[in-house]
Amino acid sequence: MNKASPHWLNFLSISFLVLWLVLACVPFLWTFWGSFKVQADFFSKQDWQNAIFGIRTLVETGASFTTDGYEGAWIQEGFWKAALNTAIVTLSVVAISLTLGTLGGYALARSGFRYAFWILIAALIFRAMPHITLVSGYLLPFFELGLWGHLSTTIIVLVAINQPFTLWMLHSFFLSIPKDLDESAMVDGCTRFQAFRHVIIPVMWPGVITTGLFSFLLAYNDFAITALLLTEENQTMVPKIASFLGSTQEQGNVMFAVAAVVSATAPLFVLVMFFQRQIVSGLTAGAVKG
Amino acid sequence: MPHHTFFKFIWPSALAMLVFIALPIISITIQSFYINHEQVLVTVENCGPFGCKEVTKVDVEATRALSEQKPLGKFNGFGTYTNRNHLAFSHISEAWNAAPNLGYFIGEVLNLPFYKALSFTLTYTFIVTPCVIILGFCIALCVNRLPSIFKGPTIFVSLLPMIITPLIGSLVLFWMIDAEGIIGSFLKIIFDDPSLSLKASPTLTWIMLIVYGIWHHAPFAFVVFYAGLQTVPKDTLESAMIDGASKWEQTRYVVVPHLMPLVVFISLIQLMDNFRVFEPMVGFNAQASATSLSWLIYNDFRSGDGAMLFGSAAATSILTIIGVSILLTPIIVRSWQSSKPAVGG
Repeated sequence: MNKASPHWLNFLSISFLVLWLVLACVPFLWTFWGSFKVQADFFSKQDWQNAIFGIRTLVETGASFTTDGYEGAWIQEGFWKAALNTAIVTLSVVAISLTLGTLGGYALARSGFRYAFWILIAALIFRAMPHITLVSGYLLPFFELGLWGHLSTTIIVLVAINQPFTLWMLHSFFLSIPKDLDESAMVDGCTRFQAFRHVIIPVMWPGVITTGLFSFLLAYNDFAITALLLTEENQTMVPKIASFLGSTQEQGNVMFAVAAVVSATAPLFVLVMFFQRQIVSGLTAGAVKG
Repeated sequence: MPHHTFFKFIWPSALAMLVFIALPIISITIQSFYINHEQVLVTVENCGPFGCKEVTKVDVEATRALSEQKPLGKFNGFGTYTNRNHLAFSHISEAWNAAPNLGYFIGEVLNLPFYKALSFTLTYTFIVTPCVIILGFCIALCVNRLPSIFKGPTIFVSLLPMIITPLIGSLVLFWMIDAEGIIGSFLKIIFDDPSLSLKASPTLTWIMLIVYGIWHHAPFAFVVFYAGLQTVPKDTLESAMIDGASKWEQTRYVVVPHLMPLVVFISLIQLMDNFRVFEPMVGFNAQASATSLSWLIYNDFRSGDGAMLFGSAAATSILTIIGVSILLTPIIVRSWQSSKPAVGG
């Protein structure tokens, strides 16, 4: 701790931080713990401590922990299918948007013409469009053309919506790779594509991984597009959880939704655990480099 | 890079944006001038044991044929924009003429769906954005003072509210705030009011949504400020210290000016993201007390008996896009003037 600062300041700063950390993680811990209880404990009419000790869970199931919620969600309600769809959608979106984005971002970083700047400004304006306004533009044409409801349509839409951000990130990343690198390859007789393949691709992975993480988050977290563009069989996890809310409230098995929520959160936790450094550097890349 | 090489590299990306971002904007512009077909009615004679009656029925077949023939619907001009669910000019002027005082008039206007959504969206945007900046800055200052072994885990936990799926994050809080959830029951004990329910009161719902927004977005501002703090020039800080500046003065006169460009960046991103607030309405099931513009569009596709209100959704979309442009113009113009484009030539 900084020795030059007075004790009260250290105390204040630590307690503020502890308060923030509690606010940031307790909701997740609470829901995780509660997902192994029965509904009468998770929403306890008698005593909030029941959710911790699982009094009703013990009475109803014979143990203080139960995986009924998970069984109900994954097997009975077919959440595994939604998880599979999410895996297909997110992985395809990440792969396609990175492919398009690296090519585009590289061109924008090396162009040197004025129109490259205007393309970036257009991308920034596209970034500002609320996603759901775009969805209302897709629905009618997609119905007419018979494209509505398929995973592939959703993937392409998500890729497109992802492009503005991907272009900006990779553009600023490629700017940080010295021009001399690919230009000297071209002096040696490479074409632009060969220079890109043999010189740029080997050094671009840090930037690509960071951008890929954010593409992943966008595709994984999306609700507006997946909820409106997919049929019920093709639903991904997030819209599936939303539809659980309607159906389970009536049947009294909210715990299915709680278990599904915890299941959908787990991959995100793993992601932050392994890629924390990249996420932090990615968020700041846009800001610090302008 | 020559033009044709540039084009070869950029076309897949440009095409995707053109087809799926630019064209939909044109598509909603056209759609907003049309409304759904009215149902085709036929009069049939219905004869029973007590004589014949003329009955008006919906001709399902003909209605379907009509909408297949003209899927856009019927041309309506600016009719959708001015109806009760959108700008509602006639309702506003009526309310103005009938209103005994200003408060009544405002109450009437805020009862109209579009203005109700607009008022919440703007309130949310303009409360959440500054709060996120201030909270994020405070967290960044505190984390920066920590010994380095604590920094990693602290950043890990701090990132969680941001990376969580918005719908899931709002559900998690919603379940805790439920009258039988943990926060809900604590509030009942604190205020000694067993009937207290955050969901039932519009004011509390607004506060809840805003608190959620700040919780969800603060980590973003924190991370950006934290990275900015690493680049604060050490010698300027030291000379300020030698000149006898207190901690507060160092922060106020050295750190804050250094981070000012980041404030512009965060506000830009936050204004974009907060204006499109949508998932919390679904997660918190808040539509009775608070709606947003994005939620109105979603609702047009969900309400009714399977009939999607394309015209209405498109009109709201256009109004939303106009709103975004108005909101962002000052910031874009400002950053334009302050930093001339680096790319060019």
